Amino acid sequence: MYQQNLDKIAELSSHSAMGVSGPNCDLVNFSELGTGLSDVTPHLAPYHDQCRYISKNLALYELSNDGMKLSTHAQANFCRGELAKALRKGPFQVNVILGGYDENVPNGGSLYVMDYLGSCQKVNYGAQGYASNFTLSIMDRDWEEGLNEEQAVKIVEHCIRELNMRFLLNQSNFIIKVVDKDGVRTVKADSDPTDN
Amino acid sequence: MIYITLRITIKKIKQNTISTIKLYASGAHENHNLHGKRRHTLHSFFQFAPTQTQHHQSHHNRTMSILEYNGAAIIAMAGKDCIGIASDNRLGIQFQTVAMDFKKIFKMSDTLFVGLAGLATDVQTLDQLLRFRMNLYELREERAMTPQVFTNLLSNILYEKRFGPYFVEPVVAGLDEKGSPYLATMDLIGATSTTKDFVVSGTCDGNLYGMCETLYKPDLGKEELFETLAQALLASVDRDALSGWGGVVHIITKEGVMSRELKGRQD
Repeated sequence: MYQQNLDKIAELSSHSAMGVSGPNCDLVNFSELGTGLSDVTPHLAPYHDQCRYISKNLALYELSNDGMKLSTHAQANFCRGELAKALRKGPFQVNVILGGYDENVPNGGSLYVMDYLGSCQKVNYGAQGYASNFTLSIMDRDWEEGLNEEQAVKIVEHCIRELNMRFLLNQSNFIIKVVDKDGVRTVKADSDPTDN
Repeated sequence: MIYITLRITIKKIKQNTISTIKLYASGAHENHNLHGKRRHTLHSFFQFAPTQTQHHQSHHNRTMSILEYNGAAIIAMAGKDCIGIASDNRLGIQFQTVAMDFKKIFKMSDTLFVGLAGLATDVQTLDQLLRFRMNLYELREERAMTPQVFTNLLSNILYEKRFGPYFVEPVVAGLDEKGSPYLATMDLIGATSTTKDFVVSGTCDGNLYGMCETLYKPDLGKEELFETLAQALLASVDRDALSGWGGVVHIITKEGVMSRELKGRQD
């Protein structure tokens, strides 16, 4: 274990965030980690110098198209396309969960789950990696239509508790971020182990 | 074994056809590979070796073919002046189900649908590619693309990638300009076959062939075609771990498209 405090949720745009899981080089290269609002891990500045592919391309679109922001669906589609293109050249071995808020979408929020091969599906809840074996069933049970933020965070915490209890390779240091009409913000971050 | 099969077939050629079919079926057993599933040796080249990030699934003994990674089941059937196409809804990653509403049938036009079974990423890529090429054609030619041309286009797109293919086995279903049904299927490198009755594709294609052969009757009406497709699909996917979670059926006629969701075993 190299690091216990890597924030894997990259803020793609003002109203979307992307959680990535996979080998660190691909992870940082593919998304953009720790810039902007993640005040929790400022000491990750060296990582910021890495190539940030997806979020910079999204920023470029906004600049070239007169300030028009891409919808979450469009961002997910772009991300999927890049994963699919890279698959047959030099694949990114990252699994992605992309969530964002759009005003003109019913319920506002949308969530997209992508695997490293480039398949993309809009879901109500999702999990990647080993966590999925434990947490998908919990969310199958607990999730229902029309949850508010508090209830949703409760379900996420339920999943984290389950992992802490049952998952052998678990690292208990989790960070929870919420994306809503006010943007991306960190709701809960466990204390940084390197502070002790 | 093959010799014996032929000899008996010639003898029984005057008897009823059912016994001949049984003999062919028994002869085919020897073509089953170790895994007992795929009969074509072409597919044995594409065994899926789990990468490092996915190795937690490799505790099971057999490797999965790339075409079985996500799971799918697609049928298309011809009726009287109508065509039906149906698919299941499951999206899985090997044995874990990720979504129960994954679209595998795509509408290219009011009279042309394509069902794509295989690796989900290529299913989505091909959907976008095909819509792009079809729109380009219709802009340049200023006329609609017929199902025959579409099938040819798809076949070429697949063969272009002969030595690094798209891992999909498509099914094309549509009504041609005269309104008569058109069905075609192809393998992952574009070898096409057109039929008059039904075409199937997916991880449980053996089951699907069996169900369709049993239930199909020529010149079915809209409602009967829907019923036949639904029963064939649901019965087949119930015996396949990698496909299921309900289904969707589209019946295409001159008047329009009728789409219905199927609720089957949710597993």
